[in-house]
Amino acid sequence: MSNKLRLIADGLVKNNPTFVLLLGMCPTLATTTSAINGLSMGLATLFVLVLSNMAISAIAPVVPDKVHIPVYIVVIATFVTLLQFLMQAYTPAMYETLGLFIPLIVVNCIVLGRAEAFASKNGVLASACDGLGVGLGFTCSLTVLGLVREILGSGSVFGYNFIGGNDGMLAFVMAPGAFLCLGYLMVLFNKFLKKN
Amino acid sequence: MEYFLIIISAIFVNNIVLAQFLGICPFLGVSNKLSTATGMSMAVCFVITLATLVTYLINQYLLVPFGITFLQTIAFILVIAALVQMVEIVLKKVSPSLYQALGIFLPLITTNCAVLGVAINVVTKEFAFVPGGMLNLGQALVYAFATSLGYGLAMVIFAGIREHLALNNVPKAFKGVPIAIISVGILALAFMGFSGMVK
Amino acid sequence: MAAKSNLTNMVLVLGVTCLVCSAVLAGAYAITKDPIDAAAAQKTNRAIAQVLPHFADAEYNEEGHYYTATDGDALVGYAIESTVVGFGGNLSLMVGITPDRVVYNTSVLSHSETPGLGAKCSTDAKFMDQWKGFNPAVKKLSVKKDGGDVDAITASTITSRAYAQAVANALAVFDKIAGQAKIAGQAGNDAVAGNEEIAGQAGNDEAVMPDSDRASSEKEEHSNE
Repeated sequence: MSNKLRLIADGLVKNNPTFVLLLGMCPTLATTTSAINGLSMGLATLFVLVLSNMAISAIAPVVPDKVHIPVYIVVIATFVTLLQFLMQAYTPAMYETLGLFIPLIVVNCIVLGRAEAFASKNGVLASACDGLGVGLGFTCSLTVLGLVREILGSGSVFGYNFIGGNDGMLAFVMAPGAFLCLGYLMVLFNKFLKKN
Repeated sequence: MEYFLIIISAIFVNNIVLAQFLGICPFLGVSNKLSTATGMSMAVCFVITLATLVTYLINQYLLVPFGITFLQTIAFILVIAALVQMVEIVLKKVSPSLYQALGIFLPLITTNCAVLGVAINVVTKEFAFVPGGMLNLGQALVYAFATSLGYGLAMVIFAGIREHLALNNVPKAFKGVPIAIISVGILALAFMGFSGMVK
Repeated sequence: MAAKSNLTNMVLVLGVTCLVCSAVLAGAYAITKDPIDAAAAQKTNRAIAQVLPHFADAEYNEEGHYYTATDGDALVGYAIESTVVGFGGNLSLMVGITPDRVVYNTSVLSHSETPGLGAKCSTDAKFMDQWKGFNPAVKKLSVKKDGGDVDAITASTITSRAYAQAVANALAVFDKIAGQAKIAGQAGNDAVAGNEEIAGQAGNDEAVMPDSDRASSEKEEHSNE
């Protein structure tokens, strides 16, 4: 059991997909205009990651080596499309905000990467835990980045405005701010959390 | 005129890397050297244009008539995966040195969100500067090609910057990717000057 | 871990995976289709209800992209979809116009303006409120910078200009409809009186809005607006 917890914890810090593995950069930069958007994108990815990890670990033993990538991609794309339907039906506003980046979860290197590196070699439960850990790591990074950009860019936290009036430093909500914030957050991560 | 607007908008105003955040992973991954950056840009350019052509036709003549547009994501990604495989085989035969330089990043074009992103964009997004909003095949191809030129442009500029960064002494925590990303931020700031140029 | 590849099992596995996945998606599509359509319809209904006074029935005109809202036999107004090019891309509005050619209210359907700047066109109360009861016969429909009477959003003149243009386009559509319906004659005369009346109504907007939403069952879930 502690083994499984270990897997989840690893995903959060040691194998943090954003700050250590540098995977899934596109949604990380594009959807973190506010904390809530970052959180939603993270949870959407978490959903796909856990389900596809489980499905792939279940079918991996019967998949021939030469076609494993196409098969994995089809499985991942199925879960992504499912997610699209669900979001369109029940959270249409958020679906519109995240837009293109929901279908693009298919090509998020994190998902295919975990399928290749972990799910294809491990059991269903372990793969689910791995997906959960990495997904949570991704969600945390996105939320933190979104939070920082929201505080600097719009002067609010999760939509709650604390500076009165909505004139933040707008560059942080726009494209350049995404890169700058991510860069400096990485520096902080390197300095304080990454051992050795 | 429309074509001109499409090209300017795709290369500068809505630059795929610096404004749309697509294809960042290979952008950071192979931009260490100018030569590999150029090679990668050309491969991406070829794949994006070809993939857009094929996915556009599939969408128009297969998915829409049969009412199965909900299979769009799956169909597109499979087509792209097959295409990339093909490009890889061709490149291996035609230019082994380029093949070696691009190494593991070529199969990764499959998971380059720029390719799928552009393919999905041209069939779903409404473009303000085109009458009716939706691109026709010719416009879609021009858009795809121009977008990938924009990718190449950002890539080459960034590779140039990174070659200089490598020679400089930066604080330890900034070394490598962090300082690179911060530089991209400043580059994006420069590209922001184009925004609003094409409405 | 993976099985050995030969042609048979490659084709088999890939084929079966694709079939199963397509089947799963077809099923999911069938199940979620209704909620998705309902969500889209609800969004439109809310937009119409927001831009027009209380009405009983709205009928869509596919060709002109507008809704004709009626209450019994009386014509309440038109909710006109109007799309223009903003700063970042398309800016789509729903513009409600009452038969006296006064804008009752406007609502942003979709936009891709800059967050924090042009995007305020859908959040900034001061900018949005000026469209309630906007009478083009009294006020000039262009931003103040261009000599008109529209207060632009700070630092977002292009967006504001586009917004005004969208309203102007909607008015043009209205004129076309009105011309067809031969009610154009009344429009000019009532303009000033109509403005005051509408301005009064706009103040009561809160009270008017809830019961103007005819899709009451759908509305319940979102009544926290």
